[in-house]
Amino acid sequence: MMRFLLLFSRQGKLRLQKWFTPMSEREKKKIIRDMTTMVLARQPRSCNFLHWKDLKIIYKRYASLFFCLAIENQENELIALEVIHRYVELLDKYFGNVCELDIIFNFEKAYFILDEFLMGGEIQETSKQMVNRSIEASDMLQETMEEYMSKPAF
Amino acid sequence: MSPSVPLQEMIRAIRSARTQCEERGVIQRECAAIRAQFRQADNGGRSHNLAKLLYVHMLGYPAHFGQMECVRMIASPRYSEKRVGYLGAMMLLDEKQDASLLITNSIKNDLSHSNQYVQSLALCTLACMGSAEMCRDLAPEIDRLLRASNSYIKKKAALCAVHIVRKVHDLGELFAPAARSLLAEKNHGVLHGAVVLIIELCERNPETLERFRKTVPDLVQIMKGLVLSGYSPEHDVAGISDPFLQVRILRLLRILGHNNEGASDAMNDLLAQVATNTDSTKTVGNAVLYETVLTVLDIKSESGLRVLAVNILGRFLLNNDRNIRYIAMTSLQKIVGTDHNAVQRHRGTIVDCLKDQDASVKRRALELSLALVSASNVRSMMKELLLFLSSCPAELKAHAASGIFNAAERYAPSQRWHIDTILHVLTTAGGDVRDETVPNLIQLITNASELHCYTVHKLYRALLTDISQQSLVQVACWCIGEYGDLLLRGECQETEAVQVTEDDVLDALETVLQSHMSSPATRGFALTATMKLSTRITDNVDRIRSIVSIYGSCIDVELQQRAVEYNALFKKI
Repeated sequence: MMRFLLLFSRQGKLRLQKWFTPMSEREKKKIIRDMTTMVLARQPRSCNFLHWKDLKIIYKRYASLFFCLAIENQENELIALEVIHRYVELLDKYFGNVCELDIIFNFEKAYFILDEFLMGGEIQETSKQMVNRSIEASDMLQETMEEYMSKPAF
Repeated sequence: MSPSVPLQEMIRAIRSARTQCEERGVIQRECAAIRAQFRQADNGGRSHNLAKLLYVHMLGYPAHFGQMECVRMIASPRYSEKRVGYLGAMMLLDEKQDASLLITNSIKNDLSHSNQYVQSLALCTLACMGSAEMCRDLAPEIDRLLRASNSYIKKKAALCAVHIVRKVHDLGELFAPAARSLLAEKNHGVLHGAVVLIIELCERNPETLERFRKTVPDLVQIMKGLVLSGYSPEHDVAGISDPFLQVRILRLLRILGHNNEGASDAMNDLLAQVATNTDSTKTVGNAVLYETVLTVLDIKSESGLRVLAVNILGRFLLNNDRNIRYIAMTSLQKIVGTDHNAVQRHRGTIVDCLKDQDASVKRRALELSLALVSASNVRSMMKELLLFLSSCPAELKAHAASGIFNAAERYAPSQRWHIDTILHVLTTAGGDVRDETVPNLIQLITNASELHCYTVHKLYRALLTDISQQSLVQVACWCIGEYGDLLLRGECQETEAVQVTEDDVLDALETVLQSHMSSPATRGFALTATMKLSTRITDNVDRIRSIVSIYGSCIDVELQQRAVEYNALFKKI
């Protein structure tokens, strides 16, 4: 299973954190520090895989954001890279040419999309279209409710 | 009470703060406003407020006062509020918080909600942070959803079941029947969830594993369908049909076929098919091939299939993509014990990877190269390894040195080769070897009696070149002390002799004694060697006496003691 997914900028600012196992705030902060230090120290054309404690860390840079996914030792690193890529594609489709600012100002949307793609540390849906459709439908449900309540949407 | 600003405005305000202090100020103001809003009765902007708090939380600021608000929002009938409430629960609550128990009831209700998106929120949250008690409480509900709902809910229920089983192992039995029947579904999301659930059940309970072995033919059918099917726009990734599902099924097959002839036989043909038909030009194809290789190597596969798998790894070693080379080597490392000959065939490529730019690849190549040294290839392998040692990154030097020593000890074709190799390591990486290297090497030299002349000449020359590598200097001093007569004799069969006078030798030892680079232990060696030479040389005994007496008043107690004792010996002569 996947243990956590972190998104951070080149300056080490956290943009998204998803934890798939319970952890104290203190542990989370330490892990975030360790990950950002380790990943940002890597040379540009290095291997995308690292070892950290008993986990494998898969990281990839997309424009100004680093995606950092921790998987257990028996998992397949190459498919983990594809998982990261799939998430980026989903964000891209939703926001249209996604950039870091989109994720900053619409972080809750990024989480909603992630929660349609992954769950409990596993892949939930393997079809891009299905995830997109679910998000669209949820958004519409929210809007309908919002209109009904006549309050401004996000 | 300051007015609260919409979420995006607050984010903008925080980002435009120029200093940490300013940022803290903005956040404090916002948190105060949010707190005040929480205390108010139902107002329209509740979800905005909680979202703002979640943003602040992500920046690292405390947000525990939002926990009760999450509980309230989850209980709200409005979808927008539930959505943010559940998100908040997943971010702020975990099983250790008391507040998490309070949402159990809401989750229970939402699991039977008429709207599937509300059900989805509950399922997602349960799978994310459900405690053991919550899991026990809601397990029957999840089982019901596994059997009777639409695919959207079924796939989520399956992963919820996975989480429940991880938290409460005994509940695995509850889900086994439903998991079995889910394999008949067509929907890929549900299939994937079912496979993950079955993997979890099998890994935890050997009896369950036995029962699920019967599903191997079904799994083989599903895989065949994926591999041989035409283009499916819904699931295609660079020409591979649903690689995520393929990888998962291969993983389950691995578990079911491990240590079982019957199951392994049943999947043999399929694995061969996947191994040959999968397009390896893109990462995603290689991901499937990789999983296939791992499966083949972990079950009781035919030898032909095993060779095919190792060859795939061999091809991976030549891939331009660094990641692929890296995982090829980690896989080969796992099987170098069991399939040694097969891995040996790729030795050349592995050794080439020692020169790779990437530190991770280098590390893997070193491990694998050391594992591949054998009696037949030790000379050529050692050449490569010594070359590697001279240019390898600092963090790998110690490991490389000790690996080389071990290999040299096991497979040295001759004593002279062995001594040369150790000397080479000491010259290039003397600072990174372990302490027992020095006595070990001394032992080795003592035993190689025919080589004493050769060794002392070589070490003397090394000493003249460089006295910074302590291990080397210590061994050299010892040798000169022990076999100094051979050094002074001048002739040597194995190497070209150099004319060495007694003064030359004593100069060398004195240089070591006086150098600031020499450690106290090294000085001890040098002093003792000087002393020993007094029995082997004839003309310069006085010089030795004066060197030794100088150290009688040395600050270093160890040296002083030796010098005084040696002086006493002189008086006795």
